[in-house]
Amino acid sequence: MPSLKDLKNRIASVKATQKITKAMKMVAAAKLRRAQEAAEAARPYSQRMAAVLANIAQAVGADDSAPALMTGTGKDDTHLLVVCTAERGLCGGFNSQIARFARDHVRKLLAQGKTVKIICVGKKGFDILRREFASLIIDRVDLREVKKIGFENADRIGHKVIELFERGEFDVCTLFYSEFKSVISQIPTAQQLIPASAGPVAAESDSASAIYEYEPDAGAILTDLIPRNISVQIFRALLENVAGEMGAKMSAMDNATRNAGEMINKLTLNYNRQRQAQITKELIEIISGAEAL
Amino acid sequence: MADSFNFELVSPERLLLSAQVTEVVIPATEGEMTVMANHAPTMTTVKPGVVTVKTADGKTERFAVFGGFADILPTGCTLLAESAVHVDELDRTVLENRIDEARAELEGAIDEKKTRVEQFIAELTRLGEIVIPA
Repeated sequence: MPSLKDLKNRIASVKATQKITKAMKMVAAAKLRRAQEAAEAARPYSQRMAAVLANIAQAVGADDSAPALMTGTGKDDTHLLVVCTAERGLCGGFNSQIARFARDHVRKLLAQGKTVKIICVGKKGFDILRREFASLIIDRVDLREVKKIGFENADRIGHKVIELFERGEFDVCTLFYSEFKSVISQIPTAQQLIPASAGPVAAESDSASAIYEYEPDAGAILTDLIPRNISVQIFRALLENVAGEMGAKMSAMDNATRNAGEMINKLTLNYNRQRQAQITKELIEIISGAEAL
Repeated sequence: MADSFNFELVSPERLLLSAQVTEVVIPATEGEMTVMANHAPTMTTVKPGVVTVKTADGKTERFAVFGGFADILPTGCTLLAESAVHVDELDRTVLENRIDEARAELEGAIDEKKTRVEQFIAELTRLGEIVIPA
């Protein structure tokens, strides 16, 4: 049985922890709002980009002039996985969810006899994947210093991926990130970057039917467009990730705050009961002492 | 009064402008072009330069863009810029940082890429001269 003093100390420490988790929750909520705004602001660009890309892809068709980034190398022996996670923990199962998803994918690929290479974006994913696939990780990108993710961060990763592709280091590139559905649900997602999967072209019949003039020409635009599209996809993934991370952190911290509250209640009850018991005991001692006289 | 059409200037970070305009001057790779309403459908790449927008209510706005491409339809025009800023918000240090970055890239570049980067630097320098009086 802990003494009164022990209980008092524990209550104080749990209270301090609760204050911290509460503050973290509020910070996460504010950041979440900003992250959501950023993700929303980036949406028009990627949507237009997809529409334009589908349009040109249709114009160029299955022509031989289509760049390799689009058609792929014709093999799928070597896979490059770009795994995007958060830089910080304390956000529930967010990081491990993505890492687990990627890990299952890697195992599947390895079982099929493919070669796998991994690029880790974010520290947490690196920490988890390193345990099992340390030899497969060829690079890691650190975004810890970055306060607000800008397009240039994504662009740099995009360039890295394209450079590797041009050197023939891999055949298929897949991007792993967490799609932000809502504050309480983030879904780990895999998206193929190279070869670029042709989106739903048929859906936009009105703009697709327009006969475009291309300057300089469709092939040149496509060569310019696809690397940019890769960067845009990565950028979008990073933004979704930030929003997801903050959402997960918010609910994790909310839970922690609530748990701390429950614990405080229990401890306080216990404390009061013991205090009462001690008072009663002292009273009995005094009374029986007085009676003896 | 000329017909107006919808013009959108989008960068990956945000939608900078979406407005009814009468005239847009775009620095296309093949030379500057002015887009007005009912333009033939055109798709073109854009080099670093200044986009001049004349809105339907007669105001003129200028944006500095760093590459991208434009999608022009008779009913509207979308400019997807790699990065874009309003001319008033652009300052010399930002531009110089970009030029320095490109120079660093030039170090390791060879052949075709080298020419491309050199051209990019030249365009940036010119952009600086236009936008910011020395």
